[in-house]
Amino acid sequence: MTRYSNINKIIFFMTITALIILSFFPLYWLFISSLKPSDQLFSMPPKLFTLTPTLKHYAAAFHTQPLALYYWNSTVVACITLVITLILGCMIAYPVARLTFRGKSAVLMLVVATSMFPAMTMVLPIFSALRDIGLLNSFIGLGVTHAAFSLPMVVWLLSALFKEVPMELEDAALIDGYNRLQAFLKIMLPLAAPAMATASILVFVNSWNEFLFSFTLMSEAGKRTLPVGIMMFPGEFEFPWATISAAIVVSVVPLVLVILLFQKQVVQGLTNGAVKG
Amino acid sequence: MPSPSITIQQRKTVSRRHRRLNDKTLAFLLITPPVLFLLLFTLYPILRVFWMSLHQISVSQPWLGTPFVGLDNYAEAMKDTRFWHSTGFTLAFSLVTVVFEIGFGLFLAIIANKTFPFRSFVRAAILFPWALPTVTNALTWRWMYNSDYGLFNGLLMQWGWIAKPINWLGSTDLAFIAVCIVAIWKTSSFMAIILLGGLQSIGHDIYEAAHIDGASRTQAFFLITLPLLKNVFLVALVLRTMHSLQAFDLMFGLTQGGPGNSTESLPMYIHTKAFIDLEWGYGSALGVLLFVIIFAISMLYLKFLYEPE
Repeated sequence: MTRYSNINKIIFFMTITALIILSFFPLYWLFISSLKPSDQLFSMPPKLFTLTPTLKHYAAAFHTQPLALYYWNSTVVACITLVITLILGCMIAYPVARLTFRGKSAVLMLVVATSMFPAMTMVLPIFSALRDIGLLNSFIGLGVTHAAFSLPMVVWLLSALFKEVPMELEDAALIDGYNRLQAFLKIMLPLAAPAMATASILVFVNSWNEFLFSFTLMSEAGKRTLPVGIMMFPGEFEFPWATISAAIVVSVVPLVLVILLFQKQVVQGLTNGAVKG
Repeated sequence: MPSPSITIQQRKTVSRRHRRLNDKTLAFLLITPPVLFLLLFTLYPILRVFWMSLHQISVSQPWLGTPFVGLDNYAEAMKDTRFWHSTGFTLAFSLVTVVFEIGFGLFLAIIANKTFPFRSFVRAAILFPWALPTVTNALTWRWMYNSDYGLFNGLLMQWGWIAKPINWLGSTDLAFIAVCIVAIWKTSSFMAIILLGGLQSIGHDIYEAAHIDGASRTQAFFLITLPLLKNVFLVALVLRTMHSLQAFDLMFGLTQGGPGNSTESLPMYIHTKAFIDLEWGYGSALGVLLFVIIFAISMLYLKFLYEPE
C-alpha cells in the first residue's frame, strides 16, 4: 500500500517537473542563448548551458537598437491605459453595483459587447478615425484604445467587489454626513484596493503585451512599444538572434516579476473575470 | 412636545428620498462619460467599418476617389481563393488548438488544484507561457524550430533520431502543426486557470458523499466534476474559440503566413489587405466577414451548449 502510493507520488512529481520544464524551457533557452559568446550560438549539437557567459549581446541590444526608448514607450502607454481604465472602470462599476437606475442592463450589454468585437475588424476604422483627428503615433491614442478593450474586465472585477461591500458601511457614512463621493472615496476605495491591484496587474500585462494596435497605430519607429520594436529587430536579410534573445529577456523582466510576485492575484482575477462574469 | 423617535423617523425618510433622487442623477453623471467612451470604440468603429466596406477605398490610388460600390467588395471576397484559404486555415487552426487546449488545460487545472509543496510556484510556472507577449513567444519558437541551427533539429540529430535536418516551418503540413503546437503551449495555461476557478468552486463534501456511496475516483470525476464544470467549460470554450479565430500575432511572428500563404490566418490576410495593399474598402469587407463568422460561431455554441440553470 505505502509502496503503491510512493510510486504514485513519484509519478506525480515527475509530471510536475515535466510541466515546469515545458513552461520555462523556451524562456530558459532564450536566456542561455543571450549569454552565449557568438561562436557557441550556432554550434551543433546545441549547448544547453554555457560556461563563458557574456553580456555583449545585451550591450548590443541597447546600442544597435533603441531598446531603452521602446521600454519607455511601453511604460508610458501602459500607465495611460491604467489610469483611464481604473477611473472609467470605477465610474461604471460603482453605479452598476450600488445604485438603481434605468438602463443598467443596457450598460452591461455594452460592456460585454466591447469584448466581443474582433480586434482585426476594429483596427482599420479606429486607425482611420485616429488619423482623422491626428492621434496616430501618439501615446494618448494608443493608450485610449488599449483602455477601451481592457475596460470590460476591470468593470467585472470591480463591480463584483463593490457588490460584496456591506451596504451598512456606506449607509453609516452617509448618515454621518458624508456625501456619496466622500463615502465612495473613504469607504469603498480602500476596501476595493485589492481588486484594484488585481485589475491593474491584468491591465498592465495586457497593454504591455498587446501587438496589433501597437503595431498599426504607431508606425513611427521612435514610437514603437517593446513587442513591436523587438518584432522589427530583424534586418532585411539576417536575423540577429542573439541580440533578439537579449532584448526579449530584458523586455519580459517586468512580466516575470509580476507573475512571480502576484501569482495569486493574477489567478484570482482571471478566474473571477471568467467564472463570475 | 414631539417624541424624539418620530423626528428620527422623519429625518430618515427625508434623507432616504433625498438620496434616492440623488442616486439617479449620480448614476447618470457617472455612467455617461464611460458609456460614451465605450460607444466610441464599439458602435462607431463597427458602423464605420461597415460603411467603408460598401465603398471602394484604395488609399494608394487617391485619384479614384471613394465611390459607393454596394456589396461589390463582398462579392469579390466570395470569389477570392485567398480569402477562402485563410478562412479555412483559421477554422482548422481554431478547431485543433481549442480541442487540445481544453484537454491539456483540464489536466493542468487538476494538477494545480491538488495540495503539494511549492504549489504556488507551480501555478506561477503554468502562467508563464500565457503571460509573455505572443510575438516574442513566436520569435523564441521560430528560433528553436530553425532548420539549420535550431534546438529541435540539433537535439534530434544528436540523439540520432533523424539523419538530416527537418524543415519545420518550410513545409505546409509541418508548419501547420508547428503553429498549432505553439498556440497550444501558450494558451493551455489560460484554459487551466479558468478551469481551476471552476474546480475550486466545487466543495469537498460532494466528493465525500460520493465516496461514501461507493463511487470510485474515476466515476466521481466523470459523474461529478465534469458535469459541474459544464458552464465554466462553455465560458472557456467561447473565449478561446473567439481568440483563436482572431489569431494574428502568432503567425506573424512565427511563419509570416508562409510557406506560400499556407499558414495565413484570416486576420493576417485582412491586415495585409488593409495596411500593406492599402485596400481599405476590401479590407473592411473582410473585417466585417470575420466579425460575422465569429458572431455566428458564438451563437451556435450558446444555442447548442448553454442551458440556463
